[in-house]
Amino acid sequence: MSNIPSELKYASSHEWVRNEGDGIVTVGITDHAQDLLGDMVFVELPDVGDEVSTGDDICVAESVKAASDIYAPVTGEVVAVNEELEDSPELVNSDAFSDGWLFKIKMEDASELANLLDADGYKNSIEDE
Amino acid sequence: MTNKTILHAKHLASGAKMVDFHGWEMPINYGSQIEEHNAVRQHAGMFDVSHMTIVDVQGSDAKAFLRRLVINDVAKLTVAGKALYTGMLNEEGGVIDDLIIYFFSDTNYRLVVNSATREKDLAWMNKQAADFDVIISERPEFGMIAVQGPEAKAKVAQLLITEQAITVEEKMAVENMKPFFGVQVGDLFIATTGYTGEDGYEIIVPNNAAADFWQKLLDVGVAPCGLGARDTLRLEAGMNLYGLDMDETISPIAANMAWTISWEPTDRNFIGRKVLAAQAAAGDQAKLVGLVLTEKGVLRSHQVVITEFGTGEITSGSFSPTLGHSIALARVPRNVKIGDTVEVEMRKKQVKVLVTKPCFVRNGKKV
Repeated sequence: MSNIPSELKYASSHEWVRNEGDGIVTVGITDHAQDLLGDMVFVELPDVGDEVSTGDDICVAESVKAASDIYAPVTGEVVAVNEELEDSPELVNSDAFSDGWLFKIKMEDASELANLLDADGYKNSIEDE
Repeated sequence: MTNKTILHAKHLASGAKMVDFHGWEMPINYGSQIEEHNAVRQHAGMFDVSHMTIVDVQGSDAKAFLRRLVINDVAKLTVAGKALYTGMLNEEGGVIDDLIIYFFSDTNYRLVVNSATREKDLAWMNKQAADFDVIISERPEFGMIAVQGPEAKAKVAQLLITEQAITVEEKMAVENMKPFFGVQVGDLFIATTGYTGEDGYEIIVPNNAAADFWQKLLDVGVAPCGLGARDTLRLEAGMNLYGLDMDETISPIAANMAWTISWEPTDRNFIGRKVLAAQAAAGDQAKLVGLVLTEKGVLRSHQVVITEFGTGEITSGSFSPTLGHSIALARVPRNVKIGDTVEVEMRKKQVKVLVTKPCFVRNGKKV
């Protein structure tokens, strides 16, 4: 069973969301998602300053096996992207919940977080797949 | 019902992620496909290829039968153990399968065919054999392990000395074997063939000895490698994968297999000959080329290739771990030339790619 940290929020499309306070969230893909995709070879990140809406495909994680869209889990502005992934996309595989983060969003409406799944909810959603 | 190879438990013990591969539960990787790929390019890796189908063709008409059945000419094989890569066509000139044929004598050959095509291959061979005095026997009592990489031969030699009761002569026979040969030593049939572009062996081993042999290879440091690495390795080496790069609707001329057609002698009436001869005369078949994308992104099967001579299609595409960018095999109009720049329709964009020969890496190095 893959690792699902209890302090994070999740989207059923396999993004994790960490609330950093100040209305900013960090977003990545889950350990389960990286395991499905296999070795990551490129990550096409959004640009800092992009205005994104919940559900937009804003990032592409490309593995040896397939290209996979990453969706914005909340609405807001992209305020940072993980530039380490440019040279080391494998961080998404080796450290999905920490060094393998993708981007940070400043939320337009912090109450949106309540719409995301908690760890148990995400666990149930992947067991149903 | 999913088939399992004799090495299934060994894969699970090594932490393999298993997937369904045309009815066989096979390892896709043991953690990282790219690390496995690199192990084969830099050291030694091994693959369970026991799902592949071994078929022995024996009898007084074995030679005549195979000269009819496949596009290359087994009459070229005169030294025991010599192998030949070729294609088996239908009457319309489409590729039923690609295969390797080992020659033992004019009445005794061994064929290794794909697992995904096993049933239709056997049905076709048996149908074509009706007028020949041959016995076609599948050999499911064997497993097969491919050991590949610059250190592969040395690792196997180490085992042959310490673990297998073989004579000095047999050991020499293995070590001095030229490419595309096979030799029986004790329980093992060892061949200098492979699907990676590296040195190494494909070893046919009796089922009851397979797990033990696999373990001994693990113990001398040969990395277990899954189908994921097998695919990127063969793509870098420019080797076709049946079902993607060719199938029953594709001529060998359009699949970079023209070199496996033996036109001489002209009176050898192999299946598909008339169709192929007409295609060769017309010069209108598409051709299989390599594509290289050096910017970000990964070329994938079925993406459309746009050229000034019309459109083509990527047949196999992936990321090349050795080169650090994407490569592909693509079927394009014959007038497209090596060195041309063409475009590929990728996700939401068109990218320019370079047309190359369909071979990217050999013996660890860029071609």
